[in-house]
Amino acid sequence: MTAPETHKSAAEKAGPGNRAADFGIDTTARTTGEAIRGYLRGLRNGELGSLPALLGLAALFVLFTILDSGGTFPSLLNLANLLQQGAGRTIIAMGLVFVLLTGEIDLAAGTASGLAAALMALHLVSGGNMLGAMGGFVFAVLIVAMLVAAALAIWVRVWAGAVVSVLTAAILLVGVPANPWIEMLLAVGVGVVVGCLTGFLVARVGMPSFVVTLALFITWQGVILQLIGDGGTLGLRDPVINAVANGNLSTVGSWVLFVVAAGGYAAVKLLQQRARLHKGLVAQPTGLVLIKVGAVVVLGAVATFLLTQDRSPGVIAISGIPYVVPIVLVLLVLGTYVLDRTRFGRHVYAVGGNREAARRAGIDVVRIRAAVFVISSAFAAIGAIVYSSKVGSVSPAAGGGNTLLFAVGAAVIGGTSLFGGRGRVSNAVIGGAVLATVENGLGLLKQPAAVVFIITGLVLLLAAGVDVLSRRKSAAAGR
Amino acid sequence: MSEPILQLRSVSKSFGAVQVLHDVDLTVRAGEVTALVGDNGAGKSTLVKCVAGIHPIDGGEILFDGDPVALHSPSDASRLGIEVVYQDLALADNLDIVQNMFLGRERGRPWLLDEADMEQAARRTLASLSVRTVTSVRTPVASLSGGQRQTVAIAKAVLWDSRVVLLDEPTAALGVAQTRQVLDLVRRLAEQGIGVVLISHNMADVFEVADRIATLYLGRMVAEVPTRDVTHGQVVELITAGRSGDLGLARPEGVVGQ
Ligand SMILES: Nc1ncnc2c1ncn2[C@@H]1O[C@H](COP(=O)(O)OP(=O)(O)O)[C@@H](O)[C@H]1O
Ligand SMILES: [Mg+2]
Repeated sequence: MTAPETHKSAAEKAGPGNRAADFGIDTTARTTGEAIRGYLRGLRNGELGSLPALLGLAALFVLFTILDSGGTFPSLLNLANLLQQGAGRTIIAMGLVFVLLTGEIDLAAGTASGLAAALMALHLVSGGNMLGAMGGFVFAVLIVAMLVAAALAIWVRVWAGAVVSVLTAAILLVGVPANPWIEMLLAVGVGVVVGCLTGFLVARVGMPSFVVTLALFITWQGVILQLIGDGGTLGLRDPVINAVANGNLSTVGSWVLFVVAAGGYAAVKLLQQRARLHKGLVAQPTGLVLIKVGAVVVLGAVATFLLTQDRSPGVIAISGIPYVVPIVLVLLVLGTYVLDRTRFGRHVYAVGGNREAARRAGIDVVRIRAAVFVISSAFAAIGAIVYSSKVGSVSPAAGGGNTLLFAVGAAVIGGTSLFGGRGRVSNAVIGGAVLATVENGLGLLKQPAAVVFIITGLVLLLAAGVDVLSRRKSAAAGR
Repeated sequence: MSEPILQLRSVSKSFGAVQVLHDVDLTVRAGEVTALVGDNGAGKSTLVKCVAGIHPIDGGEILFDGDPVALHSPSDASRLGIEVVYQDLALADNLDIVQNMFLGRERGRPWLLDEADMEQAARRTLASLSVRTVTSVRTPVASLSGGQRQTVAIAKAVLWDSRVVLLDEPTAALGVAQTRQVLDLVRRLAEQGIGVVLISHNMADVFEVADRIATLYLGRMVAEVPTRDVTHGQVVELITAGRSGDLGLARPEGVVGQ
């Protein structure tokens, strides 16, 4: 940082009259050239963001398109399938970003999602009679656990968590009959309950999140096994739940989605830009904003056009944007909004960046640290709805295996730091796309599971390495 | 002489079995710079953290505008207008300058922050302090130099309608030019009618900006005197021996090794 030094000495000679005006005058609206130079400087200082993942994604697409001589990989059917395959775990990763931002980890997000799926399926299969389905004792334990979670949520001042936990217990106690929407609500409620328990143990009791969630990871796996039974499966025979991951929007619906999403993005970006310039705030060069908005609109239009074509190899036509796309988009917008524009989001970043500073600033650190686990588990439950819908049933293995590793991997590959304080919800989406592409592409190349695992693991290792390097670089640049 | 804003009376503080502050008295007046000096481990930072509401006090009382106040949390202190610039700067590296300055006191609604208002206010405050070491208020703190960080930390403290600002060794890590700037800043705060407490090891700095000098020796306030009434040598003696001529403890040897 030599530039400000020279700047300063010049100003010093200018005398006190000019001093006040010296600050910030030429720093608000930058030219495109300056912005690009600033961006490159940021890259050198280790602020890589999603760039490596985006480049990797592009490279993977080219690679698999060339390697897959059968032409299946670049086919529309496969690309749509890829979206649906990756969506569930990507949503889990989106929730994990909140936990990672505070510098913690939620190893139980995977099996917590499995638990949500199991209870959802059990409720559906039993027609809402959970008491009959699981027996008096287990049912009582479940209800008590939910009420305890609500009480703990109140203790750490996560009010929403308490309300949802009580509501979830009420749904079970009243015996609301099976209904696809109630099932999904129940799943999210179970996620919230789990999050309240985890959050309390980490934030209030002060146990390391690694240990708490490792223990819960195993615990939830046992609970799922208890609920479903060894070797059993619960079928999700319901048209609405089935459509979540397998259905598509109509052609008209697809274009409406495009107009709402791309139009909304363009409107928000352009209005924001105008307001910032108008008020003399730090703003990106308008040219750059226009290019970004233009790129999103064009890419969105192309994707919408392709996905509204018939992609079925058989007689029955398949077309339209898969439902998982608007689902992920809504969660992405919601999560990004919360992190960027709300006080809560700001405090999440602060807790991850410097917990002591956050405490001294009067931030309720306990509440923030508990709340991120509630969000993580709730997202995990939504992810569970999607991946269960994709397979159409819930088995004792739901959410186990490498579900969690995929989710953590997606967030980290996308650019979220494991050290806390750095990351965005969009990182999880980009990273999720990378991992889904690796899995899908290698599968089409008839590679055995061993190779898929090894490559996925190496990609994750690479991403974690980039994280460490960029952290070191930005620390060095600070002095 | 102006009215006292902040007064400490017989404040004591222990960490476990170790008593760090023994019946400390201190008076901070509006528009004055009070230098707080003392050897390493004398308890200066602890005193500051007690006033900031980070450490609860074990005994004695703290008066603000003449009334006893209870400072249980940092927000209690900031509500009164007490701001602290910590020795270990309390800045979040991953947030930018504006975000750091408003941390915990963001403007706008909880679910929609008013970024424009905060950015403009941050720039105004930095400009009013004649700060010119920062290129953009949207720069992440991680990429600032030590002096720039110190500037942000001080600006953060004066952004609010602060009545008392305590600075814990703000110049310890700075170069000559940057120290100059921070000292100017300290003087300007006092001119704005703020009661300033400056902790520093540099006697030249202390004698240049302070109106009064308070000396801590092994957790005891040994002297609180107007700067013009003492010499460098006397203050150094007070710091190192707890006594200088008529000033200081009657029997400093008595407290050593306690
Ligand atoms: N949080 C703490 N817990 C225990 N002891 C502490 C704590 N903070 C400071 N101390 C002790 O209190 C004494 C005074 O420390 P401090 O206030 O930092 O001194 P100074 O700032 O004057 O150098 C030291 O002996 C230090 O070890
Ligand atoms: Mg100290």
